[in-house]
Amino acid sequence: MNNPPDISQDPAEHEEYAHNVKKHVKGYLTVGALLLAFTAITVALSYVDFGTRKANIGVAMLVATLKAGLVAAIFMHLAAEKRLIYRVLIFTAFFVLGLFWLTFLAWYNPVVR
Amino acid sequence: MDASTFEIHHDAHAHAGEHEHHELGFWRKYIFSTDHKVIGIQYGLCGLVFLFFGFSLMMIMRWQLAYPGQGLPVIGKWLPYFFGANTMPDGKMTPEFYNSLGAMHGTIMIFLGVVPVAFAAFGNFVVPLQIGAPDMTFPKVNAASFWAFAVGGAIMLTSFFVPGGAAKSGWTSYTPLADIADKGQGFNPVLNGQSMWVLGFVFLITSSLLGAVNFITTIIQLRAKGLTWMRLPFFVWAQFVTAFLLLLAFPPLEAAAIMQFMDRTAGTSFFLPAGMIVNGVPAHISGGGSPLLWQHLFWFLGHPEVYVLILPAFGIVGEILANNSRKPLWGYKSLVFSVLVIGFLSFIVWAHHMWLTGMGSTVSAFFQTTTLLISIPSVIILSAFFISLWGGSIRFNVPMLFVSAFLPMFGIGGLTGIPLAFNSADLYLHDTYYVIAHFHYIVAPGTIFALFAGIYYWFPKATGRTMNEFWGKVHFWPSLICMNVIFLPMFLQGMLGMHRRWYDGGQGWTLAGEHIWGLTGFQWNTPISWAAWIMGLAQIPFIINFFWSIKHGKKVNDNPWEATTLEWTAPNRPPHGNFVTPPIAYRGPYEYSLPGRVKDFTMQNEPVEPAERSRRMAEPAVVH
Amino acid sequence: MEIPYTISTRPDTGLWNAKIGIWLFLASEVMLFGGLFSAYVFLRLDAQPGEWPHGLLNVPVGTMNTAILIMSSVTVVLAWASLKMRRYRPYWWYMLATITCGVVFLFVKLYYEWPQKFEHYGVFLKPEVREKYEQYLGNHRREEKGLEPRIEITGHLENHEALKDANIKEYEIAVDPIYADPNNPVNDRPHFLYVPPTDKVVKIGKEDVDRVDSFGPWHSAYFASYFTITGLHGMHVLGGVLVFLYMWLPVSKKVYQRNPEHLANRVEVSGLFWHFVDLVWIFVFPLFYLL
Repeated sequence: MNNPPDISQDPAEHEEYAHNVKKHVKGYLTVGALLLAFTAITVALSYVDFGTRKANIGVAMLVATLKAGLVAAIFMHLAAEKRLIYRVLIFTAFFVLGLFWLTFLAWYNPVVR
Repeated sequence: MDASTFEIHHDAHAHAGEHEHHELGFWRKYIFSTDHKVIGIQYGLCGLVFLFFGFSLMMIMRWQLAYPGQGLPVIGKWLPYFFGANTMPDGKMTPEFYNSLGAMHGTIMIFLGVVPVAFAAFGNFVVPLQIGAPDMTFPKVNAASFWAFAVGGAIMLTSFFVPGGAAKSGWTSYTPLADIADKGQGFNPVLNGQSMWVLGFVFLITSSLLGAVNFITTIIQLRAKGLTWMRLPFFVWAQFVTAFLLLLAFPPLEAAAIMQFMDRTAGTSFFLPAGMIVNGVPAHISGGGSPLLWQHLFWFLGHPEVYVLILPAFGIVGEILANNSRKPLWGYKSLVFSVLVIGFLSFIVWAHHMWLTGMGSTVSAFFQTTTLLISIPSVIILSAFFISLWGGSIRFNVPMLFVSAFLPMFGIGGLTGIPLAFNSADLYLHDTYYVIAHFHYIVAPGTIFALFAGIYYWFPKATGRTMNEFWGKVHFWPSLICMNVIFLPMFLQGMLGMHRRWYDGGQGWTLAGEHIWGLTGFQWNTPISWAAWIMGLAQIPFIINFFWSIKHGKKVNDNPWEATTLEWTAPNRPPHGNFVTPPIAYRGPYEYSLPGRVKDFTMQNEPVEPAERSRRMAEPAVVH
Repeated sequence: MEIPYTISTRPDTGLWNAKIGIWLFLASEVMLFGGLFSAYVFLRLDAQPGEWPHGLLNVPVGTMNTAILIMSSVTVVLAWASLKMRRYRPYWWYMLATITCGVVFLFVKLYYEWPQKFEHYGVFLKPEVREKYEQYLGNHRREEKGLEPRIEITGHLENHEALKDANIKEYEIAVDPIYADPNNPVNDRPHFLYVPPTDKVVKIGKEDVDRVDSFGPWHSAYFASYFTITGLHGMHVLGGVLVFLYMWLPVSKKVYQRNPEHLANRVEVSGLFWHFVDLVWIFVFPLFYLL
């Protein structure tokens, strides 16, 4: 989904431009509604027992990631962003996941428990 | 119709009145300036002052190590007026004061000295000029970054004067000690050394983050026409990677600093385990925290931080080396690739500072592997520098002297780090003077020498005058000799088992009676201390030279070193906006000694003639 | 002297300066909250059985706050779209809505959620005396079911003076519902609707008590993390609100009249920040309120 195009100087083109942006506006409202729905879903799911604690956490994080993805992709225009921004974010994601994984690994793998 | 044409229409109307030449008052021009050159000089001057102050702290410490338990003569009488009456009763250093000196020496040298000078000062002054830009992309943010640094520095300095004195839990502020230090009777709940250390840090981190955003955006967006990525001076690449390290590695430490502050003031137990006993009494805390958590978050920054300390130095060395050997740098692509790999790997090696925390073999093997891997690009960079000298017409001016010394000194520092990469060897060497010698070789006759070189080198661009060559050499030779007398024996002291941070200088080890070259490990402290004090004296010619030359140095033209990069096309003391017309780059950054030319250097903005172009068919002409 | 590409885009990157700047800043913020979240993981993994509490936060209020933040994300992007469409009035209303949502979020946090915690107390029992209070803790059944033991009795502290006065020998707690009926399976999971403390007052001798703490940051690693993360997040919300305020006041209309794209870009950049703040909350909410 591309970002709303920049406005033109020609007043005649304004109507068409406004119509184009309206489509994006519809998209924003849809995503907003989806986010609210997912919020309700995540609260409801928290009352379902998926077996282990890990599974419960996993489900909640899955829903959260979905919501976060929607915010990032649509509201933050990441779905149609430039390559440079993607590159910065890929490295950031790698390093933050590295921080998570390696601190967890250090906790998980001590010399003596 | 795109936004830019829209902008031009409005710009002409809107900005007509705004950007006419108008004189700024004194405060806006020199104090709260948004000009990158002024900000760079502000960072540089403050950083140099902090460097000297941090060095002085160590010079005081060295007395205790050389003459333990003895009163410091002369200065020992009036130091207590400065630092507090109970720091040195009868001129004799207390253990707490020794610890404060050590913790603040480290903190100040790294975060208030080297990083501001190497990254912020040189980066701010040189990078926009080298890429042909009028300024940084966010000049106001740049100013904010400097003032955040100034506030952080002020807080750090003020911490010496509060009851209890400055932070004394090491520059690494390991918990749980750092959580409980400087608390209780006689200490203020917030205005105590350790809490102020934490608060100051938050300001310093903010400053670095703002600076990093500026540097990266500027280098991406404001490169001159024709200045492609692979035509950038190596210095710019080094600063680019350094900015990324600061941007992404500092925040977890900011998180940890907030948590330590919460532990100290809000009664949380982020880093305090259950069942902790303090001074014989069970601590009234919730427990459930982990001291190791602090170490992970600290070293997640701590390791990239050491690359922040060295990469700008690599950049400076590269520029001066090419210039004074009148040859292009050998292996430009390898150099660029190496700094990128160093930047990337530096995020996943941090636990090699934590070998003694009881980590299992899997996680330990991972970190040992990545640590050894990261030594490879460093070796590539150093080797490329050495090879660059081969066949050159080397001019041993003062910048080149410092750069020539950098190469073997960094070599020693880097190679002595290899044993520390193995957790087995580090089991013995951890927290000994071996480690101190290793990292000081890299930062002191390494980075700081590169900084000196850079000051002598870019001084003419900032002032229009050169510093005095003779006094530069008087500065250089004693500094080099003293550096080695100070740090070389420390390797051996460390291998003998002399422990870091011990107030009595590891006096226990004199009982072991081991001798190196006729002196016990502990007796070596005396010549080391004297070398440190002499090195302090050797900086005086530099300080005098620096300030004297601003007004009385030899006046020179815009390109006194006959260098090729774009900053030398700008007039000395460049005006606001730097270039009268924006420069265009037609060639790479190190076109020295091109065959068939009269001059042995060709500047980056010199167009490529058709005759030359046919000789260089592989290289494109002007590419955006 | 004009800095190029402040509003127009540089051809080879396709970006204007502040767009890169804000994404770089957001990358650093990811690392900042990442550091805090990794602390959460580390501390939660390290917690002894029963030490990491559940069900102590008000889920309906948290859900409502989440919804408020989501709506503010919608209104801010609509504000930006209005500017791109060169319609200032709708922009002004959407921005006002965004600011209002932000302020409401902060109010709920600062004037309801947080203060309520400081009124709520937990009495941590010494491990050896937990048997004595089995009628309130229900740990036998919990052990059979593989649930974590209860190590504290929570509720409203009736005799505050006991905290300071050494002469008072016991604490009187009007216990929360789960301690009034500990073996009821309904009380195994956190309640959806907030249920206030009961009238049932339990007296606990001081010699049985490890410590007594209100639900402040000092209570446990859980609350330490909760207050720190929501506090830092709240400061970011406040920062965002202040920036939006500046872009909503008449001074912004002047920027719009001079160059509407300039204001649109500023709103986009601050909107990106705001969405990030919403993103963080999307993770904070389940991690602290639901799990």
